[in-house]
Amino acid sequence: MKPGSTSAACLALLRRDLTLVWRRRGDALNPLLFAIIVVALFPFALGPETTVLARVAAGTIFVAVLLAMLLSLDALFRSDLEDGSLEQLVVSPHPLALLLGCKIFIHWLTTALPLIIIAPLLAQLLQLPPQVLPVLLTALALATPLLSLIGAVCVALTVGMRRSGMLLTLLVLPLIVPALIFGAGACNAAQDGFAHAAPLLWLAAWLVLSIIVAPLAAAAALKISLS
Amino acid sequence: MNPLVLWFHKLGSPPYFYRFAGRWIPWLYTVALVAAAFGFYGALFTAPADYQQGDSFRIMYVHVPCAWMGLFAYLFMAANGFIALVWRIKLSETLAMASAPVGAAFTFITLVTGSLWGKPTWGTWWTWDARLTSELVLLFLYFGVIGLYHAIEDRRQAARAAAFLALVGVVNLPIVHYSVIWWNTLHQGQTVSLIGPSKIAPSMLWPLLTLAFATHIFFFASLFARARVALLELESGKEWVRALLPVTETSHD
Amino acid sequence: MHESADEPRALLQAQSLCFARNDEAIFGPLDFSLHAGETVLIEGDNGSGKTTLLKVLSGLLDPTSGDVLLHGAPLTLAKLSHQVALLGHLPGLKLELSALENLRFATGMGGIRPGITPHLALASVGLEGYEDAPLRTLSAGQRKRVALARLLLVPAALWLLDEPYANLDRSGIDLVNRLLDHHARRGGAALITSHGAYAFTSGTPRRIALRATA
Repeated sequence: MKPGSTSAACLALLRRDLTLVWRRRGDALNPLLFAIIVVALFPFALGPETTVLARVAAGTIFVAVLLAMLLSLDALFRSDLEDGSLEQLVVSPHPLALLLGCKIFIHWLTTALPLIIIAPLLAQLLQLPPQVLPVLLTALALATPLLSLIGAVCVALTVGMRRSGMLLTLLVLPLIVPALIFGAGACNAAQDGFAHAAPLLWLAAWLVLSIIVAPLAAAAALKISLS
Repeated sequence: MNPLVLWFHKLGSPPYFYRFAGRWIPWLYTVALVAAAFGFYGALFTAPADYQQGDSFRIMYVHVPCAWMGLFAYLFMAANGFIALVWRIKLSETLAMASAPVGAAFTFITLVTGSLWGKPTWGTWWTWDARLTSELVLLFLYFGVIGLYHAIEDRRQAARAAAFLALVGVVNLPIVHYSVIWWNTLHQGQTVSLIGPSKIAPSMLWPLLTLAFATHIFFFASLFARARVALLELESGKEWVRALLPVTETSHD
Repeated sequence: MHESADEPRALLQAQSLCFARNDEAIFGPLDFSLHAGETVLIEGDNGSGKTTLLKVLSGLLDPTSGDVLLHGAPLTLAKLSHQVALLGHLPGLKLELSALENLRFATGMGGIRPGITPHLALASVGLEGYEDAPLRTLSAGQRKRVALARLLLVPAALWLLDEPYANLDRSGIDLVNRLLDHHARRGGAALITSHGAYAFTSGTPRRIALRATA
C-alpha cells in the first residue's frame, strides 16, 4: 500500500488510535465497570425476586450499556482537539468523513464491543431467560454502533466546549430513543414469545442509513465547531 | 429580477427586516388576539359538550393548536437552519434561533394540557401515549438546540451549530415518532383515538381551526419580536443600529 | 483565469483575501503570491490575525471573501493533493506514542518524500537516540523538533508554519532556518508567522505585514 493513499491513511489512523487505547487501557475499562455497577444496583432497588428481575433485565441492560457508552463518548475527539491532531485530520488530503468514520469505528470497537462481550454476565446477574440472550446480543450489536455514530455527530457539535458532558447527554438521548425502543422491545417480545425480527430489521435498516450519513454529518458538524 | 425574489433579498437584510417586523408586530398581535377571542368563544360556548368526555374535551382547543405549533415551529426552525447553513444568511440564523424557545413553549403547553386532559379521561396525569411521548422527545430536542445555542460563545457559530442539530433532529423525528407508535402498540394495544378529523362535528371544528390560525399568527408576532432583539444584539456595532439610538448629549460618534 | 503561459505560476496565491468573524474584519483584503523557492514571513502583533491567515490558507477556515489558489486552482480542490503541510500552535503529536510512532502515523496520513525515512528525519533534527522514547518524556523543544521532522517526511511543497521558533533554543532556531533554506532550495516554499523577525537570520525574507484591526 502506498503511504499517503487514503486506505493507508485510514489504516494508520486505526493503528494509532488502537495503540493509544492500549497505552491507556485503564481508562478503557471504565465503561465496563460503570455498566456492571449500574446493573448490580437494580436488584438492590427492585428486590431479589427472579421474576421481577427477569421482567426488567433486557431493558436495564440496554439502558446501562447506552449510558456507559455515553460516558465515554465525550472523549471521542477531546484529546485530538487538545493536542492539535484534529486540525491535522481536517487539513489532511483525505475525506474527513472517512477519517471520522475510522475514529467512530475505534470507539465502537473499544467501548461497545467489550460491553457486548460482558452482556451475558449482566444478563445472568438479572436472571434474563437464556433463550432471550441471543436476541439481546443481536440487538446490542445493532444498537451500539448507532449510538457511536449518532453520538459522534453530537460530540462534533460540542467539541470546543470545556464542560460538555451534561449537554452531550441532552443532545444524544432524544436522538437515540428509537434504538432503545427497538432493541429492548425486540428482547421483550422474544421474552413473551412473540415475533421479534421486525424491530431488529428496523434497527439494521437505521444502522445502514446512519453508517452512510452520520460520518458525513459529523464532518460537517466538526467544520462548524472549528470555525 | 422578479419583484418577489427581490423582496426576499431585501427582507434578508437585517435593517430592512427590523423595520418590516416592527411595522407588522402590532398588527399580528391584534389579529392573533381577535382570532383567539373569537375561537375561545366558539370553543367554550357554542361547541356542544362531547357525549363521552363532557366538558373536559374543551381543553383540546388549547392542546391541539399548541401541538401543531410545536411541530410547525420545529420545522420552521429546521428550514431556516438549512438556509442559514447553505447560504449563510444571517437573518435565517436569527429566525431559527428565535423560533426555538417559542416552539419549546408551545410543546411544553401541549404536554401540560395533555396531562390535564389525561386526568379526567384516562384517570391519570401521565400516560405513555404515543403522541404525548413523541411530544416529550420533541421537547428534549428543543432543549438540546437551545442548550447548544447558549453553550457556544460565538453567536453566529452557535447559531450554525444549533441549526445543524435541528436538522439532525428533523431527520430523526419521523424515526422517533414511528418507533414510539410501534412501541406503544406493543405494550398496551391501540390507545383511544382522541380526535379523528372525520368524527368531529363542524360546530366543534371551526373554533379549533380559528384557534390554530390564531396561534400561527401569534407565533410569527412573537418570533418577529424575538428576532428584532436578537438582530440588535448581533449587529450592535453597525451603523443602522446606532442610527436607531436616541441622540444624547454624551454621544461621541 | 487569464494568466500568460510564460509567467511562472505561483505555488500559492491569495486574491483579495478577507476574513471576518461576526462582521469584524480579522485581516484583509490581502493580495500576495508565493513562488517556489521563496520563504515569506508574516509579521504582526498578537491578535493581528496571523494564525487565522494560516488557517484560511490551509483550508481549515473558509475565507469571508476572496480566493486562495494553489497552483492556480481553488484551494478546495487542491486540498485533495498532498501539497500543504501545516504546523500549528499545537504540534498534533500524541504524548503516549514514541517519536517514531508519531512520524509513522504522519507518513501514513500524508505520504512520504522519496529518499528519506523516519529515522533519518529524526537524525536530521538532532533527535538521534530518542526514536522510541515516549513523547511525554521529551521536553517542549524536543517535541517541536519531532514536529519539524514530520515536515521533512511528508512530500508537501508548501509549508505553513505558525510560530516555528517558539520553544526553541538557539540551535533549534538555527535548525529551523536550515530546514527552511533546504526546503526553498529544492523548490519548496514556506510561509511562516512570527511576532518578531529576530529569529530569521538567513537573508532578508519577503514580509507580509498584518495590522491588528481595532
